[in-house]
Amino acid sequence: MMRMWIMAGVTFRESARKKLLWMALLAGVAFLALFGTALHFQLAAFVDNRVPPILRREMLSGMLMMGIYAIDLLVVVMTVLTSVDTLSGEIASGTIQAVATKPIRRWELLVGKWLGFSAMLTGYILLMVFGVNALAYLMTGVTARHLVQGFALIWMESMLLLSVTLCFGSVLSTLTNGALVLGLHGLAFLGGWIEQAGALTHTPKAVLVGIVASIVMPSESLWRRAAFEMQSPLTTSLNFSPFSGASVPSSMMIGYAGVYTAVFLALAIRQLSRRDL
Amino acid sequence: MQPLNASTRNFEEYAQNDSELVQPDPAELAISTRNLRKVFGDKVAVRGLTLDVRRGEVFGFLGPNGAGKSTSVKMLLGLVEPTGGEAQVLGRSIADWKMRARIGFLPEHFRFYDWLNAVELLRLHGRLYGMATAELRRRIPHMLDVVGLTAHRSKPLRDFSKGMLQRIGLAQALINEPDVIFLDEPTSGLDPVGRRLVRDIIKTQRERGATVFLNSHLLSEVEVTCERVAFIKAGEVIEIRDVRTFEQERNRVVLRVESISEGTLDGLRVWAFDVERHETYLRLNLKSPAFAPVVLRYLVEHGTEVYEFAPQRFSLEDRFLEILGGDQGL
Repeated sequence: MMRMWIMAGVTFRESARKKLLWMALLAGVAFLALFGTALHFQLAAFVDNRVPPILRREMLSGMLMMGIYAIDLLVVVMTVLTSVDTLSGEIASGTIQAVATKPIRRWELLVGKWLGFSAMLTGYILLMVFGVNALAYLMTGVTARHLVQGFALIWMESMLLLSVTLCFGSVLSTLTNGALVLGLHGLAFLGGWIEQAGALTHTPKAVLVGIVASIVMPSESLWRRAAFEMQSPLTTSLNFSPFSGASVPSSMMIGYAGVYTAVFLALAIRQLSRRDL
Repeated sequence: MQPLNASTRNFEEYAQNDSELVQPDPAELAISTRNLRKVFGDKVAVRGLTLDVRRGEVFGFLGPNGAGKSTSVKMLLGLVEPTGGEAQVLGRSIADWKMRARIGFLPEHFRFYDWLNAVELLRLHGRLYGMATAELRRRIPHMLDVVGLTAHRSKPLRDFSKGMLQRIGLAQALINEPDVIFLDEPTSGLDPVGRRLVRDIIKTQRERGATVFLNSHLLSEVEVTCERVAFIKAGEVIEIRDVRTFEQERNRVVLRVESISEGTLDGLRVWAFDVERHETYLRLNLKSPAFAPVVLRYLVEHGTEVYEFAPQRFSLEDRFLEILGGDQGL
């Protein structure tokens, strides 16, 4: 078990040293600056236009949701890009041989890597989600409704994608793996919008298509549930939010996503344990 | 003339003639394999590897490209799962991951996270071996000194040359004072000074009782460092020999002679496997080094004028080519 934590530590340092992380953090800071600037001008416009407080609050809440939506996209990209070559790249270059010939079991190696990446990603999500909420709160007094639940669901989405990426990375090349995981997330993304549109237009078959897409890849369901948890009750009740409202992923779907994550992590362990290095 | 391969014995014949290999004492063996086999799809990489490596010996593993050497080593290290057969290292199954605490491995092209410096790399590998912090504090400077990298201890690996990477790779393979060390082309990328260093390290390891399993294309290196060698071809051991017996078993002599009759020439076959004549030069492969003076006396007594008599060393490279054949375009 000790060796698993050693691998987690070195993976965390490895991922934290990647330029991608720093680029993503830079993009995050730029995003927060942009978000803060937009809020500043929006607040000024509210004063000039004498917007009623209730409407002002809803509009600010909507802007915050857009910000969190952008963060979610950044998290998806960060999760896949930082971990996509950790197995396939090290197997192809032979780097993994120096570690795998030590007294360490393959599952310890893989779970160690998973823990290292998850620690880095957790820090990134914490920084971004709480950063944008803190900024919004300091400038406008508005925050996400159920912030902790929302954070937890975005974190779950990241962990799900991490497990899927490691699973495919144990058998596929880096490029194929990246294309497959992002392709699957794209499918889920499209399925989520189809489900939303189907619910708004009362088209059960369209809703079913969306649910099937969510079963194939439940990552987008986690975001839609996170959006539902974080947006204002008024927006939710009006059912016209671009993020969620018309068809909210159930708790069962969240449970399914958790099982999905565990299954893919177990599959990754099984495949790495069986493959020749 | 007798064909060159006629003297090549396959492993089964060798095993029948060598009681040590037929019934080895398991306690004395560092590595033992029986019919170890690996098939990738429809390609047989290792057909049936059977060999025993004694504890404390330096063992060479030779063969042409694609012979199955790397796959065999990877199976012994647990990197590749055998399709069939059995193998043990230090008396324990190769599937036993704990056994790897007592082995060291230098891959052919050692590479690792290039942002680590030399000390960090050795600390990481030492910790993976389960070494205590106090022990690492003692071993890391020692190993850096052994491989000549003390002055580069804080330099990140990305600034290392190929030779320096090979040296630090060697250090990580030895950090835990292993009982068995697998070295895959250890002198690859090293200059003559580096090669000498590797030879010295192998000697030191042998002196402390470690077993060294050396996979190398540099036959001259194998010849001076190994006690026994296995020749592997198409995934099978063709022959296992004691390096010291090469010179004894085949002795080549080149002579410059005049006035030699066909009858005298035929008479040489009593003491020589092969007799080749090119104008005034004769090349003999004597059946024993003891026949050299006998041959010389025979020629003189039969009226042959001998101007030169030059015994020639039979190198491992000659033996390699004899057993495994020339360039097969692999």
